[in-house]
Amino acid sequence: MKVGVVVFPGSNCDRDMYHVLTDVFKFNAEYFWHEKGLPKNIDAVILPGGFSYGDRLRSGAIAAHSPIISDVRKMAEKGIPILGVCNGFQILVEAGLLPGALLKNTSLNFMCSWTNLIVENNKTPFTNKLKLHQKIPIPIANGEGRYYVDNDALKKLKKHNQIVFRYSEVINGSTDRIAGVCNEDGNVVGMMPHPERAAESAINPIDNKPSSLIFESLLDTIGVIH
Amino acid sequence: MATFNVHVTIENKPGISDPEGETILNDLVLKGNHSAVSKIKTAKMLKFTIKEKDKKSAKTTVQEICDELRIYNPMVSKVTIDVFDV
Repeated sequence: MKVGVVVFPGSNCDRDMYHVLTDVFKFNAEYFWHEKGLPKNIDAVILPGGFSYGDRLRSGAIAAHSPIISDVRKMAEKGIPILGVCNGFQILVEAGLLPGALLKNTSLNFMCSWTNLIVENNKTPFTNKLKLHQKIPIPIANGEGRYYVDNDALKKLKKHNQIVFRYSEVINGSTDRIAGVCNEDGNVVGMMPHPERAAESAINPIDNKPSSLIFESLLDTIGVIH
Repeated sequence: MATFNVHVTIENKPGISDPEGETILNDLVLKGNHSAVSKIKTAKMLKFTIKEKDKKSAKTTVQEICDELRIYNPMVSKVTIDVFDV
């Protein structure tokens, strides 16, 4: 059972993610450079945060055309759990694996702070151990984190239960306070906040348990035993 | 074949807020007493230089590149393409 952590030029949360996966939750994880393919024995794929290609053109727009994305796409179609965090979420959106767009925060600021998420869908491979409407204290760190969908797309998201997380309050102008979404099948999830920065008590002054449950949900899904 | 400069302007679709444009308007231009200005929209421009047989082909090719490589996100942005002789 193996989790792939994809590394793009400009990824900077790949090591944090790898550390949490391996040292904290005892996953068997491996880095994969974006120009390589993914082996067939991968059970989950995580696209970490960062600034792929220096956010040139638009956050995630260039990395969305990296060679590895065609394998990520194939795995998504097979139902393999895929998680994009922050820039990883932006890449999944730009690759068309998730709907919508991530725009500059309304404040135009790079926002780096603790916030609270509310769980809106606990049926995904990354949320199945969380309670519906559970609160998750978690940090955000982004400049282009304002999730946008038009009214028709928003109706579709609601119809298919694709809103996974909302912010507990308006923080950056995101449509309907959306902080994370999934595809229609629920196996591809993207979120702007950073669970890898919140899943350990040493770095989470509030409560690390809810973010831990994101990783424990994946453990439960792909059947890795501690 | 001739060489053309093709300007691709990417901007938010109408109805999608442009906080940068609003800030430039409200906190710079209007505070500078230029009250005749009512709106400012920011955009990104890409300048392509391309060899094509004519202007129409140059425009078509660049539009195809923009669509194929998702140079703009059609959910939120629109593009305007202008072709100029070099």
